[in-house]
This record gives sequence, C-alpha cells and structure tokens, in this order.
Amino acid sequence: MTRKNAVVDKEICVSCGACMEACPVGAIKTINGCFADVDINKCIGCGLCSRTCPTGCITLVERLDMKK
Amino acid sequence: MKKKHWYDYLWIWPIVYFSLGFFNILFAWLGMIDFIVPIIVASIGGGKAFCNRYCGRGKLFAIIPRALKMKNRKVAPSWMYSKFFRYGFLAFFMTMFGNMIYQTYLVYGGASLKTVVKLFWTFKVPWQWAYTVTSVPAWITQFSYGFYSLMLTSTLIGLIVMALYRPRTWCAFCPMGTMTQGICKIKNH
Repeated sequence: MTRKNAVVDKEICVSCGACMEACPVGAIKTINGCFADVDINKCIGCGLCSRTCPTGCITLVERLDMKK
Repeated sequence: MKKKHWYDYLWIWPIVYFSLGFFNILFAWLGMIDFIVPIIVASIGGGKAFCNRYCGRGKLFAIIPRALKMKNRKVAPSWMYSKFFRYGFLAFFMTMFGNMIYQTYLVYGGASLKTVVKLFWTFKVPWQWAYTVTSVPAWITQFSYGFYSLMLTSTLIGLIVMALYRPRTWCAFCPMGTMTQGICKIKNH
C-alpha cells in the first residue's frame, strides 16, 4: 500500500476528465458529471493526475490509515 | 500501460474538421455534433462522458504537448477556473452564438453573404475559396462561416492556453464543459 493518495477539491473540479485519462490504474471517475472522485483503494499515489489537472485541484495527501 | 480504445484517437476529429472546412465551408455544420451531443448526453444522465472520453479537442490539447515534449506544468491562474469567469465566458460565448444566428437570419432575409472567417470575433480573414458549393441557400453558407469562425477561434484560444499552462486548460473554461457540468449539477441537486 502506498503512503499517499490523491484527493480532489470538489469545489474547484471542472470534471473535464484529464485526470481520468492520466491515471494509470483507472482509480478516478467522475460522479454524475459533477466532479472527479478518487478510489483510494486503487490509487497508487503516483501524482500523475495531480500534475495533469488544469485547475490544480488534485493534491496528494498522506493516507490516514498509513500514518504512524 | 492502459489499453487503447477507439476514442483515444478522437484527436483526429478536429484536424479532419478544420481540414474539410478549409476546402468546403459547408462541412462546418459537422461541428454541431460537438454542440448537441454533450448536451444530450448530460441531459439523459450520461454526465460529462463527452468531455471525459469523446471530446476530440480535449484529446488534441492533451496529445500536442506530449508529442512536442512540451514542459507546460504551470496551473492556470485561479480566475481562469473561477465560477465567475466560467459562467461569464459561457454567457459571452452564447451571446456571440446568438449574434451568429442573427447574421444568418439577415442573410436569409436578403443581406449579402460574407465569405470571411472572423477570428477572435474581431479579425476578418478572407476564406472565399471554401465557398465551393453555390447551389445551397446563402443562409446555410453564412451559418457555416459563422460556425467555423467560432470553432476556429475557440481552438486557437485553447492552443494558446495549452502552450502557456497545462495541456487541457481550455477545458477549465470551455463553454460546453461549463454548460454540461451545470446541467449535471442541476440534475443531481
């Protein structure tokens, strides 16, 4: 399990799907076309989505279940 | 490596579209697909599937920096994806669309056809060579010129922000994206 996972700021997300396209493991989908959502069980914390997002609304955060 | 799907190659569509319109302006009508399909998809509960998977322009903006090995990693300034700007740009875009319909109506009423492509709603570029089929009513051709201008202008804006910021920055304020997201939010309120 990775130490970090991606988190989407739903207020800023424009639901364009750039992150979905970038995600190598298909961990991101859009919820009813409103915003993107990350499946933390699939997310490998690579940060590709974060680097692709045009609005920069995806950040990598430390997984709560991995904190010491 | 993710499996490639047929829609991963849709970046070809805008290239084909602009090429066809370069030789025969009547092909500009095909752009209506990009206008109508996202609205239908969002209205029937398909969300933003068009933006997410099938938008040729979005795919083109994603593939160009990759092909040219551009290192555009800068996030667009926050005003560019603020609600105020997004909805403001949508309103502006729809006003210009309305104006284009009005110009078409004037030609339908007898005004002379203008065989020019208007870039950025300002600069008139002669495009008379693409007026190859003269047997159709003039208003159909006028709409083609207006629509082609709209499509070309938005693509050029998209290319500029693609070069300045991240590849799909256009998607942050694309009027169709704003409209379909608005539909989705209303439907799922």
